[in-house]
Amino acid sequence: MIGFFAKRLAYLVFTMLVVSFIIYTISEFTPGDVARKILGPFATKNQVELLTEEMGLNRPVFIRYFEWVGQTLSGDLGYSTRYKTEVNNIIWGRLYNTMILASIAFAIIVPASILFGIVAGMAEASKLDRTISVASIVTTSVPEFASGVFLSWIFVIWLGILPGTSTLDTGAGWSIASQLVLPVAVMVLYDLGYVIRMVRASMVEVMMRPYIRTAVLKGLRFREVILKHAVRNAMIAPFTVILLQINYLVTGVVVVEAVFAYPGFGRMMLEGALSQDIAIIEAGALFAVLIAVVTQIVGDFGYMLLNPRIRFS
Amino acid sequence: MTTDVRNFGATRPRDGKLARLLRRIALLRESPVGMIGAGLVLFWILVAILAPLISPYDPNANDFEIARDWYPSARHWLGTDNQSRDLLSRIIWGSRTVLIVAPTAVGCAYVIGCLMGLLAGYYRGWVDLVVMRISDIILSFPVIILYMIIIANFGPSAFNIILAVTFIAAPQITRIVRGLTLELRERDYVAAAKMRGESAWYIMLVEILPNARGPLIVDACLRMGYTTIAIGVLGFLGLGLPPPDPDWGGMVKDSYALMSTYPLMSIIPCMAISSLVVGFNLLADGIREIGLRD
Repeated sequence: MIGFFAKRLAYLVFTMLVVSFIIYTISEFTPGDVARKILGPFATKNQVELLTEEMGLNRPVFIRYFEWVGQTLSGDLGYSTRYKTEVNNIIWGRLYNTMILASIAFAIIVPASILFGIVAGMAEASKLDRTISVASIVTTSVPEFASGVFLSWIFVIWLGILPGTSTLDTGAGWSIASQLVLPVAVMVLYDLGYVIRMVRASMVEVMMRPYIRTAVLKGLRFREVILKHAVRNAMIAPFTVILLQINYLVTGVVVVEAVFAYPGFGRMMLEGALSQDIAIIEAGALFAVLIAVVTQIVGDFGYMLLNPRIRFS
Repeated sequence: MTTDVRNFGATRPRDGKLARLLRRIALLRESPVGMIGAGLVLFWILVAILAPLISPYDPNANDFEIARDWYPSARHWLGTDNQSRDLLSRIIWGSRTVLIVAPTAVGCAYVIGCLMGLLAGYYRGWVDLVVMRISDIILSFPVIILYMIIIANFGPSAFNIILAVTFIAAPQITRIVRGLTLELRERDYVAAAKMRGESAWYIMLVEILPNARGPLIVDACLRMGYTTIAIGVLGFLGLGLPPPDPDWGGMVKDSYALMSTYPLMSIIPCMAISSLVVGFNLLADGIREIGLRD
C-alpha cells in the first residue's frame, strides 16, 4: 500500500515537472517574444528590448524555468496582463465558481448514468437498450455550444423562463440559481451519454458471466440477481471512468462558460489564451494537469479498493 | 496476409478486392442506426463536393441590396448572416472546411499513432517504455486546455488546427495500436513471416497493421466526430480558422449575440455541425455492431 502511494506520488511529481516544462517552453518560445506578448503589438522595438532586459528574458531557458518553478512553489503565480492583477487574486475565485458548476453536474451525472446504464445493459439489444444507447450517442454528439444555442433558444428566447447569461453578478436565491440551470444542463447532456455507455458496456459484460446464470438458474428473483449480483460487480470498471469525468467538469468547461459568460476557470483560461496572457495560461494549465493527475491516482486507488481480486493479491 | 474464414475452402472462386469491400459495406444495411449515420455523413460529403454547383451565392459576398433585412426570403432561403452574406451558401461551403480539415488531421494523427503503437508493441522493452511515457504525459492534459495553449501560442490557422489535433490524438491512437499489436504479434502468421526472414517493417506494416483494422476503423470514425466537434469548438471560441471563409463554429460565435432577434443565424450552423457529428458516431456504432457479429 505504501509502495503504491510512493510510486504514484513519484509519478505525479514527474508528470508535473515535464508538463510544466512543456507549457513553459511552448508559451515562451512560440512566435513573438514574451516581452512582445506582454506589451502588445503597438509597443516599439526599443520598449520590447528594454522589458526583455528588465525581466531577464535573454538568459538561458533552463535557469528561467527553474526560477519559475521556485516562484510557483512558493505560491507566486505571476502577474496577469489580461486582468492587471496577481494571478492569485483571480484564479481561486474562478476555480470556486467552476467547482459549484462541476459539483452540481457531477451530482446529476453519477446517479443518472448508473441508472440508465444498468437498465440498458440489463437486457442487451432490447428496445429500451437500443433507445438509451442511440439517445446517448446523439446527446454526446451535439457540441456544447450547439446544445447551448438550442437550449437558450427554447428556454430563454421562446419560453423566456431562464436567463441567457450566467454572470452571477446580480440577485440572490432563485435568480442566482436559475443562472446555473442552463450551464449545468449543457454539461450533463454532453457528458452523460458517454458515462452511460461505459456503465452499460460493463453491465452487459457482467450479465454474460456464469455466476449470473447460476443465480438465475438457482431460482433467485430477477430483481435480486440484478441488484445483489450484477450491479455490484458491474460498477467496478466504470468507477474510474466516472471519476475521470471530474476532469472534464472542472477543466473542460471552457465552452459552456464561454456560451453563458460564466465567470469560471474555463473562461479565465480562454480570456488568457485569447490575449496571450502567459501567466494565466501557465498557472491555469498547471492546475488543470494537477487535477487530472490527482483524479487519476484517486481513481486507481479506488479501483484497487473496490476490486477484491486486486485488494487481496 | 488476411485470413478470410468465410471464404476458406469455399468452392466459389474468390472475388476481387473491390467486390469484397463492397459486400462488407453492404453489410451495413443490417444496422438501421449505421445506415442513418452513413446517410448523414454521405449527405455532407456530397454537399462539400458539389459546393460550387449547389451554392446559390459566393459565401463571402455581402448582399448590400437587402440592407439590414437578414431574415429568410425568396432571395436568401435561410436568410443571411450579420454581414448580409447568404447563410445557405456559407453552410454549404463551411462543410468543405470541416471535411477537409478533419480527415487530414485524423489521417496525420493515424500515421504517427500507428507507427508509434506498432514500434512500442512490436519491440517492447525500452522503446515501449519511452513511447508510452510520452503519450501518458500528453494524455494527462485536459484536451480543450491543450488545444487552447497550442492555438493561442501558434496562432489560428487550418495548419495549426491539424497540428494540434495530431498532437492530441496521436497518443490515444498509439495506445490502441500498441494494445492490438501486443496481441497480434503472438499469432502464427507473424511467426511464419519471421521464419521467412521478413523485415520487422514488413511484419509490422503488412502482417500486423492490416489485421488490426477492425477496431481502428471504428475508432477513426469516432475520432472524425470528435475532431469535427473540436474544430467547431475552436471556431466558436475564436481560435478557429481566420475569417472570412465560413466555418460553422465561427458562424455561431459571430451571431450568438444576436440570437434574440435572429435565432436562425446561430441555430442553422449548430444543426449542421450536430448532424455531421451524429452521423459519424452513429456510423461508428453501426460498424462496431456489424464487426461484433462477424
